[in-house]
Parts: sequence; structure tokens; C-alpha cells
Amino acid sequence: MTQTLTPPASSDTPPRIISARPRRKPFRPSSVVAVVILAVLAIIWLLPFAWAFVTSLKSETDAGAVPVTWFPEGGFSFDAYTKVLTEGNIPQWAFNSILTSVVITVITVVISALAGYAFSRIDFTGKKVLFFVIIASIIVPPQMLIVPLFYQMLAFDMIDTYWGIILPQIIAPAMVFILKKFFDQVPIELEEAARVDGASRLRVFTQIVLPLSRPILAAVSIFVFIAAWNNFLWPFIVVNDSSLMTLPVGLQTIESAFGVQYAQNMASAILAALPLIIVFLFFQRQIIKGVATTGFGGQ
Amino acid sequence: MTTAAQLNRRTAALDGLAKPAKTPLSSKRRDSLHGWAFAAPFVIAFLLFLIWPVIFGFYQSLTSQSITGANSELIGFANYAEAFGDVEMWRSLGNTLWFTVLSTIPLVVVALVLALLVNLGLPGQWLWRLSFFMPFLLASTVVSLFWVWMYNPQLGLINDILSTFGLPAVDWLQDQNTAMIAIVIATVWWTAGFNFLLYLAALQNIPEQQYEAAALDGAGKWRQLFSITIPNLAPTTILILILQVLASLKVFDQIYQMTAGGPGGSTRSIVEYVYETGFTAYRLGYASAVAYVFFALIIIVSLIQLRISARKGAS
Repeated sequence: MTQTLTPPASSDTPPRIISARPRRKPFRPSSVVAVVILAVLAIIWLLPFAWAFVTSLKSETDAGAVPVTWFPEGGFSFDAYTKVLTEGNIPQWAFNSILTSVVITVITVVISALAGYAFSRIDFTGKKVLFFVIIASIIVPPQMLIVPLFYQMLAFDMIDTYWGIILPQIIAPAMVFILKKFFDQVPIELEEAARVDGASRLRVFTQIVLPLSRPILAAVSIFVFIAAWNNFLWPFIVVNDSSLMTLPVGLQTIESAFGVQYAQNMASAILAALPLIIVFLFFQRQIIKGVATTGFGGQ
Repeated sequence: MTTAAQLNRRTAALDGLAKPAKTPLSSKRRDSLHGWAFAAPFVIAFLLFLIWPVIFGFYQSLTSQSITGANSELIGFANYAEAFGDVEMWRSLGNTLWFTVLSTIPLVVVALVLALLVNLGLPGQWLWRLSFFMPFLLASTVVSLFWVWMYNPQLGLINDILSTFGLPAVDWLQDQNTAMIAIVIATVWWTAGFNFLLYLAALQNIPEQQYEAAALDGAGKWRQLFSITIPNLAPTTILILILQVLASLKVFDQIYQMTAGGPGGSTRSIVEYVYETGFTAYRLGYASAVAYVFFALIIIVSLIQLRISARKGAS
């Protein structure tokens, strides 16, 4: 079981990292064919974005007009955006998404790092059994737990609360595994020296181990954040109150709210897509590294 | 324990080393305490929000519980007996497997082709990577809004493109023959970028010397692709396959958002069936039983994968 889900990219071998620029090979005429194929594929991949964006800049009349056109008669405007931002719940949903995703990320990373460190460095009774149970639990699909978790949240009185969204999302056994594997590789000498000097375990952890672990902590954080930001099923189950919805859940309701307002629907979708795209443009390197290092274990 | 302590004390005495303050037993106990203290926050959350729901869900599956909690009683395995005779359950299980087959193959092949092309080292690396990976960062709802609009029978771009080639309009998401394919296409667009990145990372780890040696032996580019690149990527391919199959079996979001399982239940996945029996029909007990059937499927597939990858590893 563990074997199936054990990521080689994060085990004994150091994480594979995509360099910013791959090896440059000499440019050959045959590359022209490759460029053309690649360009066609990239255009296909960008088409849904472009079409949604153009639609969002149309008036509702133009968006619903047949035949379909890229250049509307009425020209382009940001009317759909202003309407969605002033009349809809999008700013509130964005706030909810940011709040819950940040809290989920912080809690997940902190508790996973503490546990990962314990499994890596400290000999404690029951460690092996506990670690085995945690690794085996990677196989449990979160989707199968919606019914009992909903019942549990009902009992905790957490339906329609931020904590109801957050708490079931803070357990990431795969991240404990990835962090443990990372701590295993950190040279133990520094820690031992500090221990001999009388530093407590917690001090050793926070002042020696964590600073050495920044890259892996960043990778894990990015992965957890993206997963939390995009999670649909659980917030959809636990929240009914529109003012507490996250962006993905709120967007699901706009079609009924705005009716067949195509331009406004696309403006909402673009607005919801923007934050992560902007984050990606700024942190492209780190995100790609994060996916490459944690990807295998994170799914 | 005592013998070990005695032995330790004896060796310490033999060495003439005085370590009076810390006996091995006490340091062991202290380690245990520290270990549990470090693991505790995770373990508590783990027990509360993972282990307990797994156990409680199984208990629920043995009851006739509804969302009101009324008339809930233990009914043994009756829910499971009902599930095995439930045509809709089997149908959604079948749809899930069909989606998994249809999506996994392109999600591996397309990702590989994209990675191979980008890895040729053409100019504009960041642009290629951005184009293919960006959809992966979108929430399912955004993907669904984009593609429902693309597939719109009168106003959608896809039918518009088809019509310029003189092809008839298709009602993509409302036609039983095309709905699943349409969802698969949107899914490939959405998630291929992830596998693409994993392949790209693996490609850059293939030693250059292998290609140089092959070139010296007179192997052409295509020959190198099939005798060096693809074999070197085999471990990555196996892992992507394993992860992709498991991910596809858990499909819910985009199907629920794009077709709500329709038309006529032809795209309903097993997770959606769990959701609907639990939260639309309010049969929590029965929904939990279906969830456990789904879990059994995941375990069986994982065991098969484990056997296959173990055999691959041995050979």
C-alpha cells in the first residue's frame, strides 16, 4: 500500500528540480516543425481563456448574439466586471477563500512539520505503528468521508462556519511523509551539538531544523495552499450561507443568481482565476519546483 | 528493560565513565514524551477528522440513518445488500471506470508529447510552461464555467469552429453520446499540465551522455526517442499512471458542475452518487454504504497497482 503511494521524487534521491532554462540545444531547421506544433497546441490551450476573456468584455446583448464573434458590434467594456464586483458576492467569497486557505496552510504545515520531525528524529513508543497507520491512511479518499464528516460538523455545531471549512482540511498524511523524508536527510551533527549544549528539542527544531528546511516548507505550503484554494466538494457540503462560501463554491451558484448573463459569468470566472494566475506569474519557479518535489505525494 | 539497564550500567562502570544523572531508561522515557508531544497536534487532528469519520462512516453504513436522525437503527449489512442490487449504483460505478479509462490515456500521452516538445529547448520556455500548466491552477468551478461556455450549442466557440468546416452543431453536454467525451476533453485541458511538469522534470534528469553515445553509434533522433528517452521515463510513466487512475476514480467536481450527472445519469460518478444519496435523498446510512463500496474499489485498484509495480520493479 505504502509502496504504491511512495513518491520516489521525494524519497532517498534529492528532489528533482526543473531548472529555469533547460539545456539549450543547437537550433535546427527541423525545430521549425516543432515550433509550429507547439504553437498550435499552446493556442488550443489558451483558447478557453481567451474566449472567456473576450466574452467578459462584451455587453450581455453581444455575448448572447448569434453568430458568434470575437469582435462585438458594441465594442469592449468592463461593465460586466463592475457589475459583478459591486452587485455580487465575489469580494466576500474571495476574502473567505483567502482566509480559509491561509489558515489551512499554516496549520497543516505546522502540525505536519512537527509530526514529521518526531518521526524522523525522536524514538518514541508506538512510533512505528503510528507511522504505518498515517502512511496507510493516504489511501483513504477524502470524498468517502463527506457523510460522516458532515454529521460530525453538525455535532460540533460547525455547519456554516469557517472552522467547519478549515478543520477537516488540515490533515495531510502525505505531507508528513514528505517532511519526514526531508528531515531524514538533514545532517544530524548540528542538532546533536546544540543538544549537548543544552538546547531543548523545540529550540533545536525551530532554530536549526526549520531554517534549513525553507525550500521544502515553501514547496509543501504552495501545494497545500493550491489544494485548499481550489477545494470544491467539502466547502460545498459544509456551507449553505452565501456569505460564507469560498470562491469555487460561490461561483457554482452564480448561474442561478445572474441567470443567462454570459458576460457576467465569464467576468466572475476570470476574476476567480486571476489571483492564482498572478501568484503563478510571480512565483513560477517556486511553484513548478513545489509541484515537482511534492507532486507525487500530494495527490 | 532491567537487564539492558544493568548491562549498560556495567559497561559504563567498566569504562570508568560516570554518568549518574541520566540512566538509559529515563532518557528513553523523555524521548517518548518529546516524540508524542511533537506528534500530538497532528495525531489529534488525524484521529478526529480522519480515523473517526472512517470508523463512524462504517457504523453509519450499518444503520438506516437519515439526515433528521429519526428512525435510525442498526440494520446490519442491509444497506450493502441493497447497494449490490442497485442498478444506479452499478451504473455510476461503470461511469466512473469509463471516465478513468477515457481520461487516463490522453492525460499520460498528451502530457508526454507536450513535455517532449517543450524539452526540445525552443525559445519562449516560460510561455510554453505557462500555457500548459496554468489551467491546473484553476478551481474546478472556473474550468466548468469556461467549458460549459465553450460547449454552448448556439453560442459556444466549439460549434462555431465546427460550422466553419461545414460540420453540424452538437449539443455536447446534453447528448448521451458526447457528454462524457466533452467532460474528458475539459479534464485533459485542466490537469494535463501537472503530468506535463512531472515529465519535464524527469526528462531533464536523463544523462546527456546517453544521447551522445547513441549519436556516435549513428542512432537518429527518432531512434533515440524510443530507445533512450521513453525507457528512461518508464518509472515516471508508471507513477503518473498510478496517480492518474486513482485521481480519475475520485472524479466529482467537473462532472457535477458541467452536467450534474446527466443526461439521464450517463455521466454520474460514484462520488456523485454518494453525494446525492446522502444530501439530496437524505439517506445518510445508505450513502455511507455506497461510500464504502467506493473505498473498496480504491483499495482493490491500489492492490492491483502494487502487484504490477512490484513485478515491474523485480524484473
